[in-house]
Formats: sequence, C-alpha cells, structure tokens
Amino acid sequence: MEPLDQDLDESELELPAEPMQLKMGPAHPAMHGTVRMMLEVSGETIVKCDVQVGYLHRAFEKMCERGTWGQVFPYVDRLNYVSPMLNNNAFAMAVEKMLGIKPTERCEYYRVVLGELARICDHLTCNGAMAMELGAFTPFLWFIKARDMVWDIFEEETGARLTHSFGRIGGMAKPPTKRFKEHVRAAVAGVLALVKEGEALLLSNRIFIDRLDGVGVMTPELASAYGWTGPCLRSTGVAYDVRKAHPYSVYDRFDFDVPVGTTGDNYDRFMVRLEELRQSARIVAQALEQMPDDGPVMVEDARVTLPPKDEVYKTIEGTIQHFKIVMEGVKVPAGECYSYTEAGNGELGFYLVSDGSGTPYRVRIRPPCFIITSALHHLIEGGMIADIVPTFGSMNMIGGECDH
Amino acid sequence: MSKALQQKLTARFGARILAATSQHGDEAVVVAPADWREVHLFLRDDPSSQMQMLIDLCGVDYPDREPRFEVVTHLYSLTKKHRLRVKTAVGDADGDDAVVDSLLSVWRSADWMEREAFDMFGVRFAGHPDLRRILTYPEFEGHPLRKDYPAARTQPLVPYREGAGVQGKLAPFGADEGMPFGRQTHGAPGSPEVN
Repeated sequence: MEPLDQDLDESELELPAEPMQLKMGPAHPAMHGTVRMMLEVSGETIVKCDVQVGYLHRAFEKMCERGTWGQVFPYVDRLNYVSPMLNNNAFAMAVEKMLGIKPTERCEYYRVVLGELARICDHLTCNGAMAMELGAFTPFLWFIKARDMVWDIFEEETGARLTHSFGRIGGMAKPPTKRFKEHVRAAVAGVLALVKEGEALLLSNRIFIDRLDGVGVMTPELASAYGWTGPCLRSTGVAYDVRKAHPYSVYDRFDFDVPVGTTGDNYDRFMVRLEELRQSARIVAQALEQMPDDGPVMVEDARVTLPPKDEVYKTIEGTIQHFKIVMEGVKVPAGECYSYTEAGNGELGFYLVSDGSGTPYRVRIRPPCFIITSALHHLIEGGMIADIVPTFGSMNMIGGECDH
Repeated sequence: MSKALQQKLTARFGARILAATSQHGDEAVVVAPADWREVHLFLRDDPSSQMQMLIDLCGVDYPDREPRFEVVTHLYSLTKKHRLRVKTAVGDADGDDAVVDSLLSVWRSADWMEREAFDMFGVRFAGHPDLRRILTYPEFEGHPLRKDYPAARTQPLVPYREGAGVQGKLAPFGADEGMPFGRQTHGAPGSPEVN
C-alpha cells in the first residue's frame, strides 16, 4: 500500500475531462431487469444515452407462425403481462375482423369489463412501482393490494391470476360466473378506496412531487413524431384515445372522459394514469349495468366454434368439426388486416397476414411501449442520473411487450 | 374514408402508385422502393393527408416472390383521424439487395422500427445513421423472422457443454432439442428443420 502522505504531482490528481461511461442495467432494480442504458455522464448530468432493449426477446412473432391461430392466445398473454386480458381481446378482435365475425352482445360487455379491470391493474402497477422506485414503499403495497382484489376476480372467472389465455376467436372461453357482477362491483369499490388512500400518501408529499414535476418533459409535436400513444401521449395534451377516436366493441355506449395533461412531464403521466383508472371504473359500472344476464358468449359459427362435447362424442359430424378446428386450426381467409385497440400503454395493433390456412403467415404486433421507449433517450439526456428512475418508471415499459 | 386519400395519391403520383387496394376496411397503396420516401413525405405534409404519426413499420417475408420482402408502414392522422397502409417490395431471392430509403428524417419513430425490421429480416434502410441490431445481440447470425430461418435453431453465446458427468452449468437443452412441438408449415423447401 502506498503511503498516504506521498508527494504527488498536482496534475495527477485531476479528474479526467472526457465524459465518463456509465452502464445502467439490465440488472438494476429500476430497469425492470430488461433494459440497459449506456450513459455518458459529465458530473451528474447525462450527456448522451443509448437505451438497449431486447433482453426479454422470445421471438414471439416467429412462434406465432408455428401453431394455429387459436394457439397464439397464450403467447399474447405474455406480451404485456400486467394486463393480459387486453391483449387477448385485441388479438381476438383482429382475427374476427379478418373472419368477418361479430361477437355476441354479452361477450362484448364481458370483454369490456375484464379489459377495463386489466387496465386498472396496469395503471396501478405502473404508478405503484414508480412510487416504490422513488422510495415510497407504502403506497406500492396499497396499490398492489388493490391489484390483488382485481386478480381475485380474474382467478374466479378464468382460473388464472395472470396468464389467462381466456380469449377465443369469436368469443370467450367461458360465460361469466353466477356472481360476476356482484364480485366486480365490490372489488372496484374496494380498489377505489385503496387508491384514494394510496394517492393521499403521495400527492401531499413534497419530495415525491418535486421528483416528478417538470422532469422528463415531452412536447405534443415530438410525442406524435415519436409515435407515442396511450397515457404518455395524452399527458402531453393530445386527447387521442382509440376508445374515443375510433370506438370499437361497445365503447360508444359508455360515458367516460379522456384525461389529458398539460406539460407532458412525469407528474402529468402519473396523474393521467390515476384519472384513467377512475374512468375505467366508470366504464365498468356502466358496462355491468347494460350487460345482459344470459345469452351465449361465443358465436354460433361452425368455422370457429367447437361443437358441444355431447355432439363430439355421439356424432361423426361433431367429431370431425372438433378435430378440424383443433388440429388444423381456424381457417382464416387469405388477406391482411390491421386491427388496433387501446391497451394499457397505448395503441396495441395487430397486423395479420393470412395465406388461407389454419396457421398465421405473419403476426406483427405493434407494441406501444417499444415505441414509447424509443424516445426515452430524448427525455433523459441533459437531466440528472437520479431523474432516470422516475422518468423510466412513468413510461411503464413492460419487458414482454417491448422486447416481443 | 381514406379512399379519397388513395385517389389523391393516384392523382398526384399517377402510375407510380402501383396498386391501391381495400380489404377489411383497411386501405393500402403499393409503391416502388424508389418512391418510398417521397410518398411518405407527401402523406405527412399534404393538407388533405396530415399523417402526423408513423404508427408501425414492419417487414413480411414471401420467399416465393421476387422481390422477396415487403416493407409495410401504417400511418395515422391525429387531426383527420384516417389511416393508410403503404407497402413496397425489396430484395432478391437470397434476401440480398434489400434496400429502401429510411423514413427517419420524416418521422422519428422510424428509428427503432427500422432497426427492428433490419434485425428481423435483414432489410437495410439507406440513410439510417445507426442501423444496429436491436432485439437480438450483435453476435447473432442470420435474421430470425425470415421464413428460411429454422425456428428451432439456437445460438447460445455460451456454448453448450457436452459429455456425461460434466460438473457445473449445463444448458437446459441441447442445441438440437429446442422446442420439439409445433408445426412448421412455411419452411422454405430444402431447408433443414433443425440446425
């Protein structure tokens, strides 16, 4: 060991003048385990940033080209794994668009209710995780407790808490359970009460607000040039919500607002998500009111519907129909379509190409958070290293969706 | 709604719009790779079009066709609330010479989407300043979404260990055992299922 009082030349003590390289992630707690940032920092200020994704790449699109159309559902569950039901709905709608099938009335409402519940989960997770990454652990527990109440509903309805695989081409796998409406009403009331308590812990907290306010600012022009959609785009003041702009399913029958921000900073993104969560609760309440209590949740269409088990066992026609749908897959007419819905993070699109067989020729997903993350470097360059955490947290990058 | 836009494009570019189709309510136009950037620039700036957003850009592989790859964009106008799909075809049978102009100077969202299309299909975008792989790693060989890339092929960065009684970390499956399920119906003729 060198003696500490050694005489050193003055120049040797100077710190290097060139920017320092700093590697953040992928094994960083705030990087959600799947993103790496190559930073060039000068002091604490970020000069240049290169965001590297792909650590969770599973070649989702290639996998889809190997099975039948119906076998894609378990894969889409694993895209945005915080709100899998919205992905199920989006893919089912895309294939139905190609087949020209309109789902039954009860199914549409069932999809809307489950989808909006999934959106509530998505926003709760994003806001809760973001608060936790800033050191506010208690509200995170509150939000996750609320999310668990919604997951109990999903468990009751689909049998799975997270990866439901509940969508089917032409409807849903099962009709709602007997006490579905009652359970959902109770859960949503519980969620809203918890959210109120959770946000009270955050929104009157000076430290939390200071970390968000005016950090990670995005302008509406740049946001649309970067292809932003969803809560992130709306936080800049652009009121584009697919549910309002191009109402699909039965969304034109509900009365709900599209919350927008003013400056497009982290605070706006946080607040837009909080408010959207309440709007989703409004939609759920109206949908439960209008939803018919009985009726099928699956269309009667021999091309896509499995025959009743009784027919499969007792008649040759039933056996053949069942066999053909399961083994060969639903025959989707040749052609291509682009179907888009509002998912938790923005416009979730599926561009499907079919060659007329039971296997997809090409399934292209337009993942909203991949495109939002592509603008991340713009938000953090020029800022401080500590600001990366809330900015990245407020974009709700979901690895499964971003990396396909 | 975007039928009017198709007519407008045909009036402006004439025979350079190779086809204008409509299916399932989606309107699409096909252009030559040479007109790719010009048509998109027109769609962004023309007052009757006002496509502020490049919603999506992706590739599709048709090994039986010549040119082989389709590059597809989906555009959306926030003000006019209409959409349009624009397609072009590039690349020879081996997948070489697949070059099309980059749209990065038209919309910034083209940055990562073009990098993804390059990564997955090997389509190169002329004028893109930073055309690196994005979802796979730099050492990756080939382009995974091409139809002749075997889905069961693995490219581990750490080689698999061989032999019985190996101490330490063994890969969970051998290089030739990945994913035995599924049906490959679009494999190019003659290409081995497993490498």
